[in-house]
Amino acid sequence: MRDEKKYGMVIDLDKCTGCGACMVACMAENNVPFKEDESNKLDSITWMRVYKLTNEKPFPEADICYIPRPCMHCEADHGHSPCVSVCPATATDYSLRTGIVSQIYSRCIGCRYCMVACPYHARYFNWWDPVWPSDMEKYLSPNVSPRMRGVVEKCSFCFHRYQLAMDKAFLEKRRELKENEYQTACAQACPADAITFGDLNNPEHAVQQLVRPDRKNGGRTKHPRAFRLLERLGTNPKIYYLSSREWVRRAGDNYLKKENKTLSGRST
Amino acid sequence: MNINRRSFLSFVIGSAAGTTLSPLPWKMQDDSAIWSQNWPWVPVPKDGEANYTHSTCTLCSGHCGITIRKIDDRAVKIEGMKGHPVNDGGICILGLSGLQLLYGPSRVKTPLRREGKRGEGKWKKISWDTAISEVAYRLVELRSKGQSHTLGFISGSEQGTITALSKRFMTAYGSRNFLQTPSMDDSYAMVLNLMQGVDAQAGFDFENTDFVLSFGSGIIEGWGSPVRMFRANSHWRTNGGKVVQIEPRLSNTAAKSDKWIPINPGTEADLAFGLAHVIIKQSLYDRDFIDNHSSGFDHWKKRVLDEYHPGKVAKTTGIDNSTIISLARDFARRSRPLAICGKGQGKTPGSSGEFMAVHALNALVGSINRKGGVWAVPRPGYIDWPEVKMDKTAAKGLQQRRVDGAGDKKYPKSGSLLNRFFKMIHSKEISPIQALLVSDANPRYTLPDSKTIKEVFDKIPFVASFSSFMDETAANSDLILPNHIYLERYEDVPGVTGLQKPIVSLSRPVVKPQFNTKHVGDVIIGLAKQLGKGTADAFAWENYENCLEKTMGKMWKTLIEAGFWTDPNFKKPKWDKILDFSSGKFAFLNNNTSIDYQYRPVKLEGEPTSFPLTLIPYDSMRLANGFIGDPPFVIKTVEDTVLKKKDSFVEINPKTARAFSLSEGSYAVLTTLKGSARVRIHLFDGIMPGIVAIPSGLGHTAYDKFLSGKGVNVNELIGSVEDPVSGLNAAWGIRAKLNKT
Repeated sequence: MRDEKKYGMVIDLDKCTGCGACMVACMAENNVPFKEDESNKLDSITWMRVYKLTNEKPFPEADICYIPRPCMHCEADHGHSPCVSVCPATATDYSLRTGIVSQIYSRCIGCRYCMVACPYHARYFNWWDPVWPSDMEKYLSPNVSPRMRGVVEKCSFCFHRYQLAMDKAFLEKRRELKENEYQTACAQACPADAITFGDLNNPEHAVQQLVRPDRKNGGRTKHPRAFRLLERLGTNPKIYYLSSREWVRRAGDNYLKKENKTLSGRST
Repeated sequence: MNINRRSFLSFVIGSAAGTTLSPLPWKMQDDSAIWSQNWPWVPVPKDGEANYTHSTCTLCSGHCGITIRKIDDRAVKIEGMKGHPVNDGGICILGLSGLQLLYGPSRVKTPLRREGKRGEGKWKKISWDTAISEVAYRLVELRSKGQSHTLGFISGSEQGTITALSKRFMTAYGSRNFLQTPSMDDSYAMVLNLMQGVDAQAGFDFENTDFVLSFGSGIIEGWGSPVRMFRANSHWRTNGGKVVQIEPRLSNTAAKSDKWIPINPGTEADLAFGLAHVIIKQSLYDRDFIDNHSSGFDHWKKRVLDEYHPGKVAKTTGIDNSTIISLARDFARRSRPLAICGKGQGKTPGSSGEFMAVHALNALVGSINRKGGVWAVPRPGYIDWPEVKMDKTAAKGLQQRRVDGAGDKKYPKSGSLLNRFFKMIHSKEISPIQALLVSDANPRYTLPDSKTIKEVFDKIPFVASFSSFMDETAANSDLILPNHIYLERYEDVPGVTGLQKPIVSLSRPVVKPQFNTKHVGDVIIGLAKQLGKGTADAFAWENYENCLEKTMGKMWKTLIEAGFWTDPNFKKPKWDKILDFSSGKFAFLNNNTSIDYQYRPVKLEGEPTSFPLTLIPYDSMRLANGFIGDPPFVIKTVEDTVLKKKDSFVEINPKTARAFSLSEGSYAVLTTLKGSARVRIHLFDGIMPGIVAIPSGLGHTAYDKFLSGKGVNVNELIGSVEDPVSGLNAAWGIRAKLNKT
C-alpha cells in the first residue's frame, strides 16, 4: 500500500526524568477517570504508566531508571498482535494503514482475554462507571468518548488526533501528514523532550532516523543504545527505548542470570 | 393430574433443556449488559468550536507559558506554550492538571463566614459586601485602638502588582508586618547582598554551562523553574554537559547525573570548602577574576587552607580524599563550571554559610557574571506608583518594629522571616498580631513545626484567607474571601526563579469565573476604600484591571499580544551593576557588617542517643508540596511504594532496616522531638544507612477526598532552625527514631 504508515515512538531513558507529565498529559487528553484511592495499581487506569527500575545493587552502587510504558502497538507478524488474536468480539484490531492497535469500546464485551494476552500490562478494565465529581465533567474532551463500566481500554496513540489531522489535511486537499501535525499528547507534553513520535516507515521522520528499524526483520534496530521490551517474544513492539546503561537495556527482557550478554536489540 | 416421580423428572429435565436451547435467557443477559452499560451516567461531552488561549501558569514560581484548548467556553486541556522563553511547549505534571483545580471539588465557591469553632467546617455563605465590610470593621476597630501595627499579611509571592497592592495596603494602614512564603530565593538574595552588595535575583546560565556541581539541588525534581531545568538537563545529555550530584539519597537527579556522590547530610559546605582548598592549592582558580574583581580573598584563602584540608573534609563528609581531589580538578578545569545549592525543590531556604560557600566556589573559578555562570538579575521595576501619603495612625504604626525582627539589628539584611514570625508570636503571652490576612499561601501546612504554627493560629483573634481552595489555613480561618484562580484572572507575573534574564508574563482569564469569587486585587482596593480617606487616597484606581493596565504602561500591549515581555537587548550586566560595594569587588569576606561569617554546621534538633537516625524530607514532581496540593490526576501517579491507601512509606537502607528488625511494607512509628507518625517501610538501596527519607507533599487534612487524609505531613515531624546570618529557616532534617509496631 502506497500510504502505509507505521506510527511508533522512541523514548530516550537517559533524558526521561520520571516526572510523570506523560501520564497526566494522557489522562487529561483521553478523559481517563480517577477514583478516591488509586494506590492499587492493578485497577488504576493509566494508559501511559511510568515504571521505576532498580539495578538491585547495594548502596552506593544502587541505580534507578524510569521507563514510560504506553501500549506497544505490537505488529507481531502482519498485525497478529497478542491482544488482537484473542479478541472474540473484534473490539481490538491492528490497522495496517497506521500500525495502530485500536480499541472499540462499544464492541468490547469485557471478557478481558486481551488483558491476559498482553505481555506488557498495557490494558485496563473499567471495574466501575467513571465519576467526575463537582464540575469536572466540564473539562471532558468531546474528541474521546468516556468509557463505561465493563470494557477494556488502553493507549490509542491519541488516534483522535490522527483523525483530526487527517480531516484537516483532506480539507486542504492533502493526503499526507507532516510530522508535527500528528503527535501524541505525551510526546507533546514531555518537558524533557524524551519522547519522539512519528512514522517509522518515513525516512524523514525523527523516529526512523533515530532507530532505523529493519522493516524486513520485524522492525529490529541495530542502534547500540536501543532496545524493545520483551523482544524475544516476537511481538515486534513499536516503542523503542534508548539507554546508555547496560543494566537498563538488559532489564528490558527476561534474561536468566547466567545468560550471555547479547542484548535484545541485536539478538535473534 | 397425577405427579409421580417419572413425570416430575421429565418436567425438570425438559424445562432445563428447553431453557438452555432457547435463545431467550442469553439474549436477555446480553441485552441487560448492553442496557446497563448505556446507563446515562457516563457523560457524553458536548461538542463545540475549538479555540485556544495563551496564559501563564502560576502554580509554582517556574511561570511557564501555557496554551489552553477550549471547546466553546469550556477549558478542556492545558498544554505548554510553544515559543515561550521558559518552557517552549513543555509542561509539568502539575501544570497539566490545572483544570482539575479549576472545576474541582476543593474550590471555595462563595465568601464564607465561620459558624461554630475554628476548623469545625461549619460555614455560612455570605455576600461579598458583607464579607468586605466585616474585614473592614475588624481593621477599623484595630486602627481606632491605635493597634494598626498588629495587622499581619502573609503572601505567597514577593513580586508583581498584587503583592505591591498588598504591601501598599499595609503601609497605608500602618503595619510593617508583611511577610511572604520563604524559599531558597531568599537565601540566594542574601548571598548576593552580602557578597556582591546588590539587591537582585540569582539567575543561572544553565543553557551554556558544561559542568554542574549540584549540592543536593533537585535539578529534575522541581528545583528552579522545573520545565526549564528538564530541558537544560536533556540539553546536557546530548551536548556532553556533565552533572555531579552530591546528596545522601539516590534521587532522580542523582540517578540521571553523570556521577552521584553520597555525602553525610549537612556537610555540603565542608565539601565546598574542601574543593576550594584543592583548587587553591593546585592553583586552578581564575586569577583574572580574583585579582580584578574580588576582595578579601587572602583572608578567606587562609581560612580555607588552614581548616579544610581534604583529609579532614573526607572525615566529616564521608567522601574519599581522592574523590574530593579529582572532583575539585574536574570542576576547576572545565571551561564553564557552575555550582548550585538549595536542597530538593528549594522550597525551604537554607544555611547562609552553605549558600555562601557554594557561591564562593563559583567565584573561585570565575563563574560569576559570565557565560554559563551565576548572574545577578535586576528585579523588574515597572511598578512606579506615587508614594503613600500616610495619616497619623499609619505613621505611628509604621514606627513599630516588625514582629519577625527582619531588618533589625540581628538580621539587618533580611526582608521577611516567616518561621521567626510564628516563633515570636508563640513566645508571647498575648499575640502581637491581632488580625492576619493570608493570600496565596498555606502556612498551616507548608511551614515546619506544624504544632507551633497551629498554636499560633489559635492565638490570633482574627484570621481571614483569600484562598481559592479549602486548604488547611482557609479551613481554620474565620472568614474566607475566595480569589479567582489563575485561569480566571488577570495578573502580571514578573520573574522566573533561577532564570538569567528579566521576563514579565501575563496570566489572563481563560474562562469566566466559575463561582462567586472576586479578584484579590479588587478586594484590597475595595477594602482600602472602606478604611477612611487616608487609605482610600492611596488606592485611586477603579478596579484591579484598571490598576494593572495603567501600571504596565507600554508593556501592556506586548503582554496582551504575546503573553510575555522580555528585554530583547538584555545582555549580562556590567560589573558595576552586579558588584555594588564601594570597592566594586566581589567580597569573599565582608568586613563592613558585624555579621559573623564563620561557617558553622546546622545543629539538628534531638540527641543521637535517643534519636539514632536522621530524618530528611525528599521532593518529587509527583507530589506538590506548596500552597497548591496534588490534584486527583497527580496523586494518581504516586507510586505504591510511596503511598498505599492512607499510609506513607519512608525509605531506609536494608542494612538500617535489619538493625531495627523492619522489613518491606512493615509498619513503624517514626518519632522526632516534634511529633510522631505511623508509617510503612520501603527498603531502598539508594539511601545511606542511618537515614530515613520521607516524601513531602502528603498528609493534607484539608482540600478534597482525593488528597485529604493520605500519608504524613513531614512538617509535623520537622522543626525549624534559625540561620545565624539571615534568620531564615536552615533546618534540612531532624534526628529521629523508628519503632516497629
